[in-house]
Amino acid sequence: MDFMVFQYPMISVQACLDGILLGILFALIAYGMALQWGVMNIINIAQGDLVILGGYIAYFMYLYGIHPAWGVIVSPIIMFFVGIAIYKLVINKVVDRDLFISILATFGISILFMQLMNFAFGADVVLANSDYGTTMLFNNNVVLPNSKIFSAFISILFAICLVIYMKKSKLGRAIRATAQNARAAKILGVDTEKVYAATFGINAALCGVAGALISITFTIHPYMGLPYTIRSFMIVIIAGLGNLPGVAMSGMGLGVFEEFADYILGTEFRIGSVFLLLVLILVYRRFKLSRKREYLK
Amino acid sequence: MKINKIIISFISAAVILLSTSVASFAKVVGDKIVLGAAISLTGKYSSNGVHTQNGYNMAVDRINSMGGVKVGGKTYKFDIIYYDDESNPKRAAQLAERLISQDGVEFMLGPYSSGLTKAIAPVTEKYGVPMVEANGASRSLFTKGYKYLFAVLAPANLYLDVAIDLAVEKNNGKPVTVAMAFEQDAFSQDVRLGVLEAIKRTGSKQVIDDKLPKELNDMAATLVKVKQMKPDVLVVSGHTKGALTAIRQISEMKVDVPMLAMTHCDAAKLSKQHGKNSQYALCASQWHKTLTYKDDFFKDGMTYDADFTKEFGYAPPYQAAESSAALLVFKDAFERANSFDQKKVRDALAATNMQTFYGNIKFASGGQNVDKPMVLFQVMCDDGGKCENKVVAPTKWASAKLIHPIPSWSQR
Repeated sequence: MDFMVFQYPMISVQACLDGILLGILFALIAYGMALQWGVMNIINIAQGDLVILGGYIAYFMYLYGIHPAWGVIVSPIIMFFVGIAIYKLVINKVVDRDLFISILATFGISILFMQLMNFAFGADVVLANSDYGTTMLFNNNVVLPNSKIFSAFISILFAICLVIYMKKSKLGRAIRATAQNARAAKILGVDTEKVYAATFGINAALCGVAGALISITFTIHPYMGLPYTIRSFMIVIIAGLGNLPGVAMSGMGLGVFEEFADYILGTEFRIGSVFLLLVLILVYRRFKLSRKREYLK
Repeated sequence: MKINKIIISFISAAVILLSTSVASFAKVVGDKIVLGAAISLTGKYSSNGVHTQNGYNMAVDRINSMGGVKVGGKTYKFDIIYYDDESNPKRAAQLAERLISQDGVEFMLGPYSSGLTKAIAPVTEKYGVPMVEANGASRSLFTKGYKYLFAVLAPANLYLDVAIDLAVEKNNGKPVTVAMAFEQDAFSQDVRLGVLEAIKRTGSKQVIDDKLPKELNDMAATLVKVKQMKPDVLVVSGHTKGALTAIRQISEMKVDVPMLAMTHCDAAKLSKQHGKNSQYALCASQWHKTLTYKDDFFKDGMTYDADFTKEFGYAPPYQAAESSAALLVFKDAFERANSFDQKKVRDALAATNMQTFYGNIKFASGGQNVDKPMVLFQVMCDDGGKCENKVVAPTKWASAKLIHPIPSWSQR
């Protein structure tokens, strides 16, 4: 245990800011998961792999001399169609089945994607350089890479656009209606099959944006998807489905929690601490529910 | 009765077929010495697995075209049976079993990485199959008392201890402060042990000792601590992702440290991926093309580099060079043993004392090569942004002078 983070106030500020910026990015991925979970009742284990695939699109643009920031536009477009293709090939066959089947199916997709990416892009760790520079705050004591600020800004932008789209557009309303009651929506003329495909596509597109941002901010590798799946799962569990402010808050909370865990327990326990938090929250929820049940009795 | 007869004849046919197919894979068939290798052609080690395979193939072609291996007055050629271990230790161990017990292989070449070599070594040891490996540097491989394992490379604990000695030397012989960040795998932890020994030996002090996770892509916390503690040396070892993440975040966070020492720089293609940001990084390497070791097959490092580049279209990382050297060691041992008896070949391997383009090779009783020092190169870039790795230590091989301390980010 190392309590340096509390001894130097500037390190605490650094950890909080890093965590918030990172958390906003996690929240974007989690929002996609929540949307799809809410509408289709599918927990997508391949979420992280879609993110990494999105990252590779930005990386290849970078390789061909295009600035990787353009990836946040190109990657979601390509990923939207990838999402629709996955839906048509696999997901539509499991969408009405129980949760366990969909978990297995998406787990299979995850393994397939990892191997395909490894086959197509190689096992090397890669990154796209944005050369965005650095912002120094508080007399150079707090350092924020501009790529992280850019990532957070783009994530917020996409989230706002999506919320407006869901509220105002016809498809957005159809998606919300299907999430509330698929059967009723169908009776009222909503083509739920189309809604499901679009939802999966939108989720993949959000993963594409996040992937492009991750290739600019961190590194990508065919086998690096799972931690992103776990984080989004965690955020959705805390925030609940269809609750964007909740997703944003719990994303940022998770980011800050991870940063502090990193400083106090060490980088090796970073992902482990997320798992621990997940277990604690699930136990707490169960405890709360059982108390509620007793009260009802 | 009739059915029984049919079944019996079917089984006997299968047995005959199987035995002939095994015989065709046996250790020495006609004029071929068949070696077995499980290599990571898919999975997370596939890039280095391919370098390993290319290194092996390059040496096989070269040795075969230059007269092959002479044993008992007859000339033999090398051949290798490859299987893909999918970067998975369990699979590697299964494949070693298969190579030995089904394919009849009696001599093995190593896989890529310490972890996979660790999985295979007990199998080759059990069957008494001599294995020359070129990509497993973990010290724990050489302390188990294996008799049939020989590694042409220097053990992991010798990777970065030189950097600490160098920092002390630059500090006028006075102890230095060291920040360390190591992944938690067998290899990186051995590198860490070597650094700890050097810290103890020089009376230096460790100020940060962080462990990096295998899914590492953010080490900002470690770097913030480095900024706060201002150590003389920062040592990072976390395979390619460790090297890439460190350089990206050090440059973004403008972390000033007088010396930055790492592993896996050339596997990470550091200077290509990060350009000028990777400048001044000090990297441990098993081999560099400018070293002046020589042999009859590849001549020297520069020639090997040119030939390899011509054949495979990219410059050879040290993983390829050391893999080629493994074949040279096998050839030498077969000829000295003048036999294909596994015990005799093993004894000949143990008595190896030779020079290859890759370095001198002489095995200690644990199987590690004790006659080849590690080299440290520093990434140096010209004004046009073109970066090159130049050897700076040991002094005997140095082609450039170490730049120390690293200029601060504000001056770059």
